[in-house]
Amino acid sequence: MPSPAELIGIDGNPLRDPRDKRLPRVAGPSVLVLFGVTGDLSRKKLLPAIYDLANRGLLPPGFSLVGFARRDWENQDFRQVAYEAVKQHARTPFREDVWRHLSEGMHFVPGEFSDPGAFDTLALAVKELDETRGTGGNYAFYLSIPPKFFDVVVEQLQRSGLAEHSPESFRRVVIEKPFGHDLKSARELNNIVHRVFPEESIFRIDHYLGKETVQNILALRFANTLFEPIWNRSYVDHVQITMAEDIGIGGRAGYYDGIGAARDVIQNHLLQLLALTAMEEPTSFSAEAVRAEKAKVLSSVRLPEGDLGRSTARGQYAAGWQGGVAVKGYLEEEGIPATSTTETYAAIKLEIDSRRWAGVPWYLRTGKRLSRRATEVAMMFQKAPHLPFSHTETEELGQNALVFRIQPDEGVTLRFGSKVPGTAMEVRDVNMDFAYGESFTESSPEAYERLILDVLIGDPPLFPRQEEVELSWQILDPAEEYWAAHGRPDQYKSGGYGPKSSDLLMKRDGRAWRRI
Amino acid sequence: MNIDLTATTTRRIQEALTQARHQMGGPAVGMVLTLVIVTDESAQYDSLRAATEAAREHPCRVLTVISRDARGSSSRLDAEIRIGETGPGETVLLRMYGPLAGHADSVVVPLLVPDAPVVTWWPGQAPANPADDPLGALAQRRVTDAYAGLDRLGTLIQLDKSYTPGDTDFSWTRLTPWRTLLAAALDQKTPPITSVEVQAEPDSPSAELLAAWLGGRLSAPASRTTSGGPGITAVILQTADGPISVTRPDGRVATLARPGQPDRQVALHRRPMSELLAEELRRLDPDEVYHDAVSRFDRTYTAPPADAPQENNGQQRTRKRAGS
Repeated sequence: MPSPAELIGIDGNPLRDPRDKRLPRVAGPSVLVLFGVTGDLSRKKLLPAIYDLANRGLLPPGFSLVGFARRDWENQDFRQVAYEAVKQHARTPFREDVWRHLSEGMHFVPGEFSDPGAFDTLALAVKELDETRGTGGNYAFYLSIPPKFFDVVVEQLQRSGLAEHSPESFRRVVIEKPFGHDLKSARELNNIVHRVFPEESIFRIDHYLGKETVQNILALRFANTLFEPIWNRSYVDHVQITMAEDIGIGGRAGYYDGIGAARDVIQNHLLQLLALTAMEEPTSFSAEAVRAEKAKVLSSVRLPEGDLGRSTARGQYAAGWQGGVAVKGYLEEEGIPATSTTETYAAIKLEIDSRRWAGVPWYLRTGKRLSRRATEVAMMFQKAPHLPFSHTETEELGQNALVFRIQPDEGVTLRFGSKVPGTAMEVRDVNMDFAYGESFTESSPEAYERLILDVLIGDPPLFPRQEEVELSWQILDPAEEYWAAHGRPDQYKSGGYGPKSSDLLMKRDGRAWRRI
Repeated sequence: MNIDLTATTTRRIQEALTQARHQMGGPAVGMVLTLVIVTDESAQYDSLRAATEAAREHPCRVLTVISRDARGSSSRLDAEIRIGETGPGETVLLRMYGPLAGHADSVVVPLLVPDAPVVTWWPGQAPANPADDPLGALAQRRVTDAYAGLDRLGTLIQLDKSYTPGDTDFSWTRLTPWRTLLAAALDQKTPPITSVEVQAEPDSPSAELLAAWLGGRLSAPASRTTSGGPGITAVILQTADGPISVTRPDGRVATLARPGQPDRQVALHRRPMSELLAEELRRLDPDEVYHDAVSRFDRTYTAPPADAPQENNGQQRTRKRAGS
C-alpha cells in the first residue's frame, strides 16, 4: 500500500516525511453524523471503534459526533448510552481524559426521518459545532439504517442544505450492506444516493475488508515469490471460501427473512474474498488500481452452465442442539412465517473464465447455526502426479492446502504431508500455522476502526465501488431466480455441517468440504 | 512454567526451553524477534514487565541480561526460564557472575531466535557507543533511554556522536503523540512558520529533540524555554497570522489554539514504558528522521550557563519516568 504520508498529500506539510513511519494518519477536523445510533451495530461496533480511535490519538482535536434517532433523548442520554457501549465493548483501556473530550463533542438530535424540522435542527447543530469546536464544515454521514429509509434521509440532507459544501470542505456518506437485494434494486439504491452525492464521496462499508487477514491476502500474494508460481490452474485443484456462523438469526427476523444467506453474505463478503484471492496483480495499491483488478476478475466469474440445481444448494436450520443448547428451527423463530422459503445456508459453485483459473471451481458456502464460527479461504492443491509410495503408505495423505483464516483466530495454515515417526513409511497430513494469535489480535485494530478512519481521511481502497456491487449481483441473480422458482430449502440439523444437498454438490465433483 | 537453573550453560538452557515447549504442546505463536534487555537487578522487574506487555503485540523471546558481582575469579551463569505464564513468547533471565559478566554476548548469541531480528534495549544508562557494545553489535536495532542517564543531555550528545543506523532513543519515542498532533495541525492550510518555541521542564532530552525536529523541518529558528513540567508543557509555532499553540500544563490534556478558530482539546497522555517499547518493536529499519533530529540537536545545542537553576533536579534524574 502507499505510505500513509502519500495518501494524505504531504506537499503542503513540512512536518510530514515519507521516511517518518512513526507518524500515523490522523483525520482532519470533522463531524460524524450517525443515523441509527440506537441500533445494535452502533452500540457494539461503531461507538466503541470511535472511542478506540480517539484513544489511539487518531481523531483530531475537536472531533464531534452527532447522533440522530427517533428517541426523546438529550445530549446527556446519548452520552450515557455511548459511555456504556464504550465501557462494555471498547478494545482499548478506558481513559477518563479521552472519554471526557470525546463526549464533550457528542450531541444528539431527536427526530423522524420524515420530519423536515428535525433535519433543520440537525443542520443548525452541525453548523454550531463548526463554530464552537472548529470542525471546519467537514461532515460525514453514516447511514446505519435500513435501506428503505435511504431515499428520505438523502433527500432531507439535500433539502436542509447539509449536503452542500464549499470546495475546501468535504461531504461523505457511508452506507452499510445490503446494497440492494438484486441488480435492479442495487441500481435504484445507487441512483438515490447519487442524486445527492458523487461516487467518490460514497463509502460502502464491507467490514470484512477492514480485517487484517483480508489485507494480508494481498501482502501474502504480492509481496512473496513463494506463492505466485503455484497460484493458478496448474497447481490449484479448487478453492473453498467459507463463512460459517454458530448463531441463528437472533433478533434480526425483520431484516433477514426475504434476504437470506446468499444475499446477506455471498454477494458481498464471499465474492469480495474471491476477488482478492483470484485477481491479477494490480499496477499499484492505489484505490483505483485495486478496484480495477477486482472488477476485472468479478466480471469473468459466472455460475456453471446447465442445471443450477446441481451447482447450488441451500438449506434452513431445523430445531436441534447447538453447542449444548436446545435451539429453535428457523421456521419457529419469532417473526418468521412458517411458510418462509428464505435460506439460512447457501452454497454455490463458481467458475472464472480466465487463463489463470479456467477449470478451477470456486466453492462458496455460508450458513447459520453450524457447528462453529469460522471464516476462511482455502486453496486446495492438486495431488502429486506421481507418488513413489504405495497406496497404504499414503492412505492418510490428503490434498495440500493453504488456508487463510479470517476469523476467529486470524492467521494462515499450510497443510502438507509428513512422515509419521516409526520404522514404517507412512505419510500423514500436518498443519503449519502462522497465527496472529489470540494475544496478538488484542492489539490489532477492529475492522470498523480502520474503516471509520479511512472515511474521515477520505481513503477509499478498502471500500467496494458500485461497479463491484453490480457485478456481484450479476453473478448471484441467476441462482436467486432459480431458487425462487424451485420450491423450498432443505432442512438441516442445527449445530451440524449444513444440508446434505450441499455435501452432494461437492461429491458430484469428487470433492468434499473441509470440516468447519 | 518456571524453570530455575543454577550454575548452568547455554546448552542446558536451550534444552530446557525445547523441553518446556514440548510439554506445553508448542507455543501458539511464532516468535518474530529476540529482545535483549541489558539491565541490573533493581530495574529488571519494571523493564521485564514492560517487555511482557509489549510482547502481546510482538511475540518474542526476551533475554534479560543481568550482570551481578563482576569481582571474583570464578564465572557462573544462573538462568530463570518463564514460559507460558505471562503471555506469548518466552522469557529467560540470565544472571552472570565473575568474569563472565564481561562476555555476556557469548551467552546471548546461542539463545537468539534463529533467523529473526534482534533488538537490544538498555532501560538504564546507555553505553557510550551502543553499536560497539558487544550486546549492541549483534542487534539490528538498539534502543536507549537518554532520560535514564545521569547526564541526560550529555548522553544524547554522545548518542549522536556514536550514531549508527538502527539506533533509537526513548526520548524520541516519547514524542510521537506530540509530533502526530503537530503534524495533523499543519495538515490544514497554514501560513509559513516564522519561529518555534518548545516549553518544557529543564534538562529534557525529548524537548530538545522536538525543538530540533521542528526547527529542521520548518526551517525556522527554534527556542527552548523552561517550565515546571511535567514533561513538555507547550509548543508554539509563530505565523504571520498569529501563534498556533499546543499547550499541555497537566501532562494529560492538550489544547490546540489557532488564530481565528475555537480552542480544541484532546487527550495527550504520557505513555507507559510498555507502549514506548511496543512502538519501537513495530519498525526495525533505521529511523532516519530521529537521526536528523538528534544530529541537529548536537550541532545547535549550547550548554546553559553554569548558574542556571539545575540543582533541584538531582532527585528527578535518578527517577525513571513514564513518558513525555
